[in-house]
Amino acid sequence: MSDAHAAHAPQSFWSRYVFSQDHKIIGLQYLITAMVMALVAAGLAVLIRIQLAWPGSLGIMMTPETYIAIVTMHGSLMVFFVVSLALVSGFGNFLIPLHVGARDMAYPFLNMLSYWVIVPACLLMLISFFVPGGAAAAGWTSYPPLSALKEAVPGSDWGQTLWLLAMALFIVSFTMGGLNYLTTILNCRAPGMSMMRMPLSTWTFLISAVLGLLTFPALTAAAVMLLFDRHLGTSFFLPSGMVIGGKVLPHEGGTPLLFQHLFWFLGHPEVYVLVLPAMGIAFDVNSAMSRRAPFGYKVTVVSLLVAAVLSMIVWGHHMFTTGMNPYVGEYFSIMTVLITVPFAVIGVNLIASLFKGRIKFTTASLFGLGLISAIGLGGFGGLYLGTAASDLYFHETYFVVGHFHMMIGVVTFFGTFAGLYFWFPKMFGRLMNERLGRVHFWLTIVGTFATFLLMHFQGMGHLVRRTFESAYDFQKPVTGMHYAITFFSVMAVAGQFVFLYNFFRSIWRGEKAARNPWNAAGLEWTTESPAPHGNWRGPVPQVQRWAYEYGRNGHAEDFQLQAEPDRVGATEPAAH
Amino acid sequence: MHAAAMAAGRRAPTVPLGLVGFLGTTIMLFTTFAASYLVRRTSADWRPVDLPLLAWANLALLAGASVTLEWACRSAARETRGKWLAATALFGLAFLGGQTLVLAQLRAAGIFAQTSPHASFFVVLSLVHGVHLVGGLGALVYGALRPAALRGCAVFWHTIGVIWLALLVFISVM
Repeated sequence: MSDAHAAHAPQSFWSRYVFSQDHKIIGLQYLITAMVMALVAAGLAVLIRIQLAWPGSLGIMMTPETYIAIVTMHGSLMVFFVVSLALVSGFGNFLIPLHVGARDMAYPFLNMLSYWVIVPACLLMLISFFVPGGAAAAGWTSYPPLSALKEAVPGSDWGQTLWLLAMALFIVSFTMGGLNYLTTILNCRAPGMSMMRMPLSTWTFLISAVLGLLTFPALTAAAVMLLFDRHLGTSFFLPSGMVIGGKVLPHEGGTPLLFQHLFWFLGHPEVYVLVLPAMGIAFDVNSAMSRRAPFGYKVTVVSLLVAAVLSMIVWGHHMFTTGMNPYVGEYFSIMTVLITVPFAVIGVNLIASLFKGRIKFTTASLFGLGLISAIGLGGFGGLYLGTAASDLYFHETYFVVGHFHMMIGVVTFFGTFAGLYFWFPKMFGRLMNERLGRVHFWLTIVGTFATFLLMHFQGMGHLVRRTFESAYDFQKPVTGMHYAITFFSVMAVAGQFVFLYNFFRSIWRGEKAARNPWNAAGLEWTTESPAPHGNWRGPVPQVQRWAYEYGRNGHAEDFQLQAEPDRVGATEPAAH
Repeated sequence: MHAAAMAAGRRAPTVPLGLVGFLGTTIMLFTTFAASYLVRRTSADWRPVDLPLLAWANLALLAGASVTLEWACRSAARETRGKWLAATALFGLAFLGGQTLVLAQLRAAGIFAQTSPHASFFVVLSLVHGVHLVGGLGALVYGALRPAALRGCAVFWHTIGVIWLALLVFISVM
């Protein structure tokens, strides 16, 4: 370890585990915070499902106003405080320095700050359930006028203000994280670690960071203007002629659609901020588990970049039903369907990477493989929604709910779990229990796939989303599925308790792991498990090759570590 | 800060990449406001508000801050550097005071944030830019303690200065 780094190695409990500047501890802090928030968000999902299957069974606890608040908070927490925290902040922090051969993030203090800004954000979100009027109820998208007028719904008062403050803190934290990822990946790589030798997950974290830095400001600006509309009487988003309680409001001339444009300018790339790292993790995990290098590494990198660029110019496909000019709609349709090209390449590469592989079906690889199916199914739904003509029918229905849960729910969770089972030894020096892992996997895949596939069919029957009850006769043929969906979603949630038990038990009781239990080739497996402060005792390793040197026939071992000097007689791998 | 970069045998850059990224996200923020402005001005209730002359005079204070900070960057002696940094901070504080005065003048003329969308944008932009300037004052303190960080500090000040000039021209012309 370099002397400079050893000098600030943490001494006390507080500096080691609480106000830590070590990227690995910060990554774990994010992961565990995400788990806590996931419990709340999943609990809200169960409440939604109970109400839909057995309307009225929750009594006064579930009024239409609380229902819409619960839907809002489930979405907001899951997107920003569970998936973003676990996948991007959690794994991003834990993996990037280990993957690029850095001792820590470029700005460790900023990194610590980013975590301690997210904690009050989480608390504000949780507290908002208990303020007058309850939590925000304008949807995770917070469209005005519902979000802009305090009188609109009970949650529009205090709840919405807290929601906006929490989101402001979230954006501050995410920006600090993004600056760290960008700088660490571009400036702090170990000698020999060229960009094209980096693991694909590191590429996806880099792309995520840049996307976040470029698109989150749109939401910041929208939130600032929304706060002005709410508290200072301006009319950025509020049109004239609105009447509440028999009184005409003084606002005039504002355009609620402007908010939608700003929101989705962030909202769409945010999906990619979350989904791309999940796919990157799948590439890493699957290649180690199938003893095959990812197929088409360079093409995958280019496809990830193309998908990221396209993701910034397609936001309008969330707004086809707003009465936009058909030519504008056509543009957004064409651009959206164009994303199929890089995504198909990535999907095919994920599958082709398995070809002729010797796949070991560990829990990590099960999740990594399940993720490929989820991308496929989610992607197919996306075709119908990306095309303006079919979206006009589907937009207000459960088809959309099923589709986006498949992508930013299932794909991201599967990526998170694949990563957790795979890198758990590097985090804690122990292995997670495989038998419990399998139980977790099967409950999760059956539960989630059944839940969200059935929602697609409900949407085809035009079951309208965001509604408290499905009261129309024409919806009758598909409302019966509510029982099955509730059953399967509870199954999926139950599976997560198996995971939580396994995770926390394995931290102390798990089987001790060696330095490289999966015989994986990445740089992180050259250090001990768990990795020490500064990541490597002694000098930072000299990187010799890319992170996927598998399937070396005729050698004692079928893989070669990224930093291991070439053995005698070894041949340079074919161009990758 | 750059333990890893130095271990890898590289020199810590004078303008850190993190700052470049931060300026990128800042520019995106103000661009979003500008784009919103272009959308909002197409509404029927759009009435342009004449900005007080003081709003333009304040630009001179920002320019003064940039010049003195640039001199602070280039002075090798610690004492002269301190003097120029103090001058920069004074210019910055004077600018914030001047901006407050502009808002007060508008107020005295009966123009509030909710009077006209044009005024709303001016108030929002002044506040958001002011927050960045307060951040810049904090950065000055950091730069005074760590001279190596001064170059980055100056780049930040120049950028938010140019951003304000551009915004002022934009909302006067458009």
